[in-house]
Amino acid sequence: MPSPEDVKATIKTYILEEFLPGEDPDELTDSVELMTMGILDSISVMQLVSFVEEKFDCSFDAHELSVDHMNTLEDITKLVTSKL
Amino acid sequence: MNLHQYFERSAAQSAEACAIEQADGATISYAELAALSDRVRDRLMLEGVEAGDRVGLYLRKTIDTVASILGVLKAGAAYVPVDPTAPASRNGYIFDNCRVKAAIVESRFSEKLEAELQQPSGAPPLFVVDEAGGGRGLERMLDGLDERKPAPKSESREVPMSNLAYILYTSGSTGKPKGVMLTHENATSFVDWCLETFEPTADDVFSSHAPFHFDLSILDIYTPLSSGAKLVLVPEDVGKEPLGLAALIEEKRITVWYSAPSILTMLTQRGELEGRDYSSLRAVLFAGEVFPVVHLRSLHEKWPHTRYFNLYGPTETNVCTYYEVVPPIPEDRTEPYPIGAVCSQLEGIVVDLDDQPVEKGDEGELCIKGPNVLNGYWELPEQTANAFLADYYRTGDIVVEEDGGNFRFVGRRDRMVKKRGYRVELGEIETALYAHEEIEEAAVVAIPDDDAGVMIHAHLSTVSGDKVSMIKLKKFCSERLPVYMVPDRFAFHESLPKTSTDKIDYQGLKNG
Repeated sequence: MPSPEDVKATIKTYILEEFLPGEDPDELTDSVELMTMGILDSISVMQLVSFVEEKFDCSFDAHELSVDHMNTLEDITKLVTSKL
Repeated sequence: MNLHQYFERSAAQSAEACAIEQADGATISYAELAALSDRVRDRLMLEGVEAGDRVGLYLRKTIDTVASILGVLKAGAAYVPVDPTAPASRNGYIFDNCRVKAAIVESRFSEKLEAELQQPSGAPPLFVVDEAGGGRGLERMLDGLDERKPAPKSESREVPMSNLAYILYTSGSTGKPKGVMLTHENATSFVDWCLETFEPTADDVFSSHAPFHFDLSILDIYTPLSSGAKLVLVPEDVGKEPLGLAALIEEKRITVWYSAPSILTMLTQRGELEGRDYSSLRAVLFAGEVFPVVHLRSLHEKWPHTRYFNLYGPTETNVCTYYEVVPPIPEDRTEPYPIGAVCSQLEGIVVDLDDQPVEKGDEGELCIKGPNVLNGYWELPEQTANAFLADYYRTGDIVVEEDGGNFRFVGRRDRMVKKRGYRVELGEIETALYAHEEIEEAAVVAIPDDDAGVMIHAHLSTVSGDKVSMIKLKKFCSERLPVYMVPDRFAFHESLPKTSTDKIDYQGLKNG
């Protein structure tokens, strides 16, 4: 089973490559507010979720695709880890 | 009174005064300019130029060009100035399109131009000036022609005020430039307004920064030349070079400066204005795009003693509203200044999408009628018809009338986009970005996107030249804008690309 650190690193890399090309990885800290700052919107959250579901063989409920559960890298890591 | 008669009147009164000075120091007096432009008129008339004809001008910005302009007008014809830095193919298209009867061209451009001209009735005669500058090139050309066949002295023509004075080509939506036709009435009603508003005297020194194919040049040329004042020509290369420009404004003792805001931004950021003597400067006019307040404030700190005027209007009307920015400019102000009230000789209405007048305070398109308003687009009846609502010209700009009767510019009608169903005004995003201390220039464009409708791309240049973290920028924007307006992508440039009229090249950014 992947460690929380691995999960976080995979998701972080994906977000940087897909939504923040060229950004310094150090800027994307655990607490950056991805949805409320406009880094992820409703469409890109779905894209991220599809990636995570396939990568880690898990599934999300519709209500989880929200700012309450997915606003930071830390939130997302917690959510994904809980499903493994 | 025809446009050229404004010049003739002041030439009679101020014969010995300096009319024009070039950056290199070459000058011409009113009497000499009158005589030189008379010779251009006589030559054109001898070659068969009639009242109502068009004459092309393809010269670098020099005394020779202004003398040619006046000569064309005196012959009763309309002048068609083209951008000497544009490709010959574009300029050839323009001359063909309006079927110029003749063209005055600098030799460095003539060969390429000739290859492009394809008028069915045969190419027009080109008057080739070997090297424009100080009026000497034009003079040599006229001398040469006179040796072969002297041009008899004639009288300047007076034409009906509804005749064209000039055609200014702007980029058209079809990809081909379109000719905005402006009459003597259009031009002189605008010049009258300039004379009344800026009260020029014979002691004034006006800058001519904008190229002659740009409508700002009308104020530049005719305001001083109608009042016995001096016109200082800023050549194309100096015009984009901040240190040279800063020195020129000081050395030539410019009193009235007029340019696009991007040039003033460049001056205040990189012109090292401190320590120079700008005590002569009494008015700074700007037009053509929104002047970010952060840069206006910085300019005002360096030039605290001059007046500042925000002039607004498309080529089709020239200036139609204006606003004097009265200091102090509050530290925390980021919202651009209003474009002001409609000029006294014009009338404006604001209409909604159904062309119905809006309630005061609501957004709508500004439409203008009056003597400034264009005659139409050259041989484009459909585009001309679409540009008007009855006899009001549709500016395509969305405004709101504020308390006090001033209009606030909201944005271009075509800069309102929908993203995921939300209405987004791209200019509002730029205003937010300009509040960031690292941002020097910001241009936001919408790129069509299948999912979202549009993707919002922000093109930026920074004060330090370094990139700014996109996460930090998104955070910054999200604190000032609804989250759907936060740009999706950021691209950093050394400086943003400009058009030939010194505005940010949005089309290029969109296509690039």
